[in-house]
Amino acid sequence: MAPLATLESVKVRRSTHSPLLNLIGLAIVVGLLSAAPWIVSQSLASILMNFFILVTMATMWNLLAGYAGMVSIGQQAFVGLGAYATLYFAIKGMNPFVAIPLAALVCGAIAFPVTYLLFRLRGGYFSIATWVIADTALLVIGTIAFFGGGTGHLLPGLSNLGPRALTDAEYLATWIVAFCAILGTYLLLRSRLGLVLASMRDNEVASRSSGARVTSARRMVFVVAAAGCGAAGAVLAISQPFVQPNSVFSLQWAAEMIFVTMIGGLGTIEGPIVGSIIFFVLQQSLQQQGAWYLIIFGTVAMVVAIWQPRGLWGAFRAKFHVELLPVGHWVREAKPEK
Amino acid sequence: MIWVNVLIQGILVGGFYALFACGLSLMFGVMKVINLAHGDVAVVAGYTAVFLAPQLHIAEVWSFVVVVPIFAVAGYVIQRTLIQKSIDRDPFTTLLVTFGLSVVIENLLLEIYSANGQSVNIGSLIGDSIHVSNVIYISYISLTVLITAIVVLGALQLFLSKTGTGRLIRAVADDREAAQLSGANYRHIFGIAAAIAFATVALAGIAYGMMTEIAPTSGGINLLYAFESVVIGGIGSLWGTLVGGVLLGIAQQVGAQINPEYQVLAGNLLFLIILGVRPHGLFGKKTAFS
Amino acid sequence: MTSGAEPPVSTHESLFEVRDLSVFHGQLCAVDHVSFSVGRGEVLAMIGANGAGKSTLLRTIAGLHEAANGTIVFAGSDVSTLAPHRRVALGISLVPEGRRLFSTMTLEENLQVGAHFAKKGPFSIDKIYQLFEWMPDRRRQRVGLFSGGEQQAVAIGRALVTNPQLLLLDELSLGLAPIVIERIYALIPEIVSQGVGVLLVEQDVTQAMAVADRVHCLLEGKTSLVGTPAQLTPQQIERAYFGSDLSGTSPHGGAA
Repeated sequence: MAPLATLESVKVRRSTHSPLLNLIGLAIVVGLLSAAPWIVSQSLASILMNFFILVTMATMWNLLAGYAGMVSIGQQAFVGLGAYATLYFAIKGMNPFVAIPLAALVCGAIAFPVTYLLFRLRGGYFSIATWVIADTALLVIGTIAFFGGGTGHLLPGLSNLGPRALTDAEYLATWIVAFCAILGTYLLLRSRLGLVLASMRDNEVASRSSGARVTSARRMVFVVAAAGCGAAGAVLAISQPFVQPNSVFSLQWAAEMIFVTMIGGLGTIEGPIVGSIIFFVLQQSLQQQGAWYLIIFGTVAMVVAIWQPRGLWGAFRAKFHVELLPVGHWVREAKPEK
Repeated sequence: MIWVNVLIQGILVGGFYALFACGLSLMFGVMKVINLAHGDVAVVAGYTAVFLAPQLHIAEVWSFVVVVPIFAVAGYVIQRTLIQKSIDRDPFTTLLVTFGLSVVIENLLLEIYSANGQSVNIGSLIGDSIHVSNVIYISYISLTVLITAIVVLGALQLFLSKTGTGRLIRAVADDREAAQLSGANYRHIFGIAAAIAFATVALAGIAYGMMTEIAPTSGGINLLYAFESVVIGGIGSLWGTLVGGVLLGIAQQVGAQINPEYQVLAGNLLFLIILGVRPHGLFGKKTAFS
Repeated sequence: MTSGAEPPVSTHESLFEVRDLSVFHGQLCAVDHVSFSVGRGEVLAMIGANGAGKSTLLRTIAGLHEAANGTIVFAGSDVSTLAPHRRVALGISLVPEGRRLFSTMTLEENLQVGAHFAKKGPFSIDKIYQLFEWMPDRRRQRVGLFSGGEQQAVAIGRALVTNPQLLLLDELSLGLAPIVIERIYALIPEIVSQGVGVLLVEQDVTQAMAVADRVHCLLEGKTSLVGTPAQLTPQQIERAYFGSDLSGTSPHGGAA
């Protein structure tokens, strides 16, 4: 009986079309986005800023849920902590922009011991516990007079720049944070840690076990996601710039990052980006005020989760075998030589 | 003496938390589902009671007679459609869908009612209390809710241990496939469990509306308390949930006594301590953790 | 496929038939175009090595697994698409591999769950207590603490209490001491005398042959041998079970 395939007849590739094309396309996009404040209108640049903040958060949430199997509804804890860390450094005299990476580090540092508590729970109980953490962070910050308690505090250190320069700097900061978040996730998933995560995903038993390697992979991912959300919180504080507990710790961030990823596609890097694009396009065209956008988005997210769990990008990718930011492999049988 | 009052208030509110939480506990025990919209169901029940009572020309205090059965049916239907479809996918999807449901419900309520609260009016009962001493007050409504909680939990426990359907529920919770092989339609059993969960939380929602004002976002906070009660008391134990609720209530009252801002925080801290020191809670069986 | 003579026609009244059944586990074909029948009061033993497809076959008959093709006919009607609980209602009852008792519940409660949907018939809970004399004293004990043999007895009792017409037994002897296995198997004549058809799956060939009216052997999902215990030689069975015997010939002819 003839073997099904020989080693020579099978090709293993990162994606089906030329990676060079991919790279050129991405370079163009990156170039355009970097130059945006000088190319497009102020209002579009402002929308792009919010887009970048959402993409950052969604990418981090996707890393947690789509790749490491942890459904967190409490990432807003780190958004808030990142904002308040930035506030702290700014009050102490540091340039808020310089404080961004520091805020991210602070959040990562806080996340590390938190995992020792959180990882005692699984599934839905883990999820609610993340929310308890967020609630606790909100409450604790709210009692600290240094930060202005429940009323909040204005972020100092922004008045040296002129208004135009300030908005340009804010834009660049959010863009750089988003870019780093996506690049960082991409590199992480292509690293050895990414392999561990991929094997956890494919093997249900491994993902439920608490073997040392699995647990430390999860811990690492949780810390990274916290840092990423912290950075998002930092640029959020800079862009608002009145830092208030109920705003930066709001469950709304959780809802947005989750819905956007669910719709775009869990477990792919492009998914959160696609979802965020859809979100903003819809938000602009609908011009909804109040809570309707969340209602509609939530409903769409639920529908997508049940009927198209790979999300819109996941479905597109499965059909056309396209990867913009490939982290997996395709195995194809090579076409026979004529 | 003040601390005796703190203790008593804690016990009273603990009863409410237990009533709120028993449905959450049941749904997890039977179908391994955490319904993140559990708290919001209670809030919708409260608003429904306020809406229906004048329509049906009954006093709001009796609204539960109508509302609870409605929610039992709603729970069955939602379970057999939305939640079952999510379960068929994977536990992940169930979490995400119930989360989405929660956000949608809360925001719908916000749109309809705006952020002002609506209070379920029970006329002369509200605010009346037994004065045991100068410092110790036991409000009638809180006492009623505590007694209701104990009665409901007791009835539920009896139902599960003594009746045929209760046995089926326990069997499905224990080993779903084996239950199917014994003739049980597990989807139907899931529906019944959800119906009970929705009914009890609807009752809790109405009680809540009698004790304080309901707001569209009240569901979230109470879900938190319910969850904390279950974890402190021990996942998988109904009476444990009562104990957990009471302990949570006491912790919160102690915190509030020190500084009103610390009330919720004190409860969260107790929860985190139990999580760190004894994750399966006081009476729990090991089901939800590593 | 070899047999001693023509596949024997069952002398029992027709009850249950499987026609050309195939079942897949992902891409692996676990059951490959298998056909057989079981009559009332008849015992058919399905034997074969580990992984031969026997348990998958039983689970498919019970409704826990979907077949890729073929039909399952019970009491004249096609049950291939029915949910498990409906098949129980019709009279098919499976004692699953590994017993699968409700370990948090007592002995009596386990039986009560089985009896909840039971049709009328000879097997009531009291009848089960007669069959197993040790049970009444321990009816309020949690079955999680019982020994393997005791658990197996409870599992059989739980299935019997539904008053089935076709009883499916999956690897009764697994993990049990020989004397316990003998006692369990001693029940089968009693069950069969009530007109119940029995389809049992066993790795222990000797035990299976001792109670069976007919034997059906599976090898890698395919039927490799059918016959009555009287007709079949040990060598034939060995070949059918393992795919070859000690002398190296395969049941499909030619060298292994």
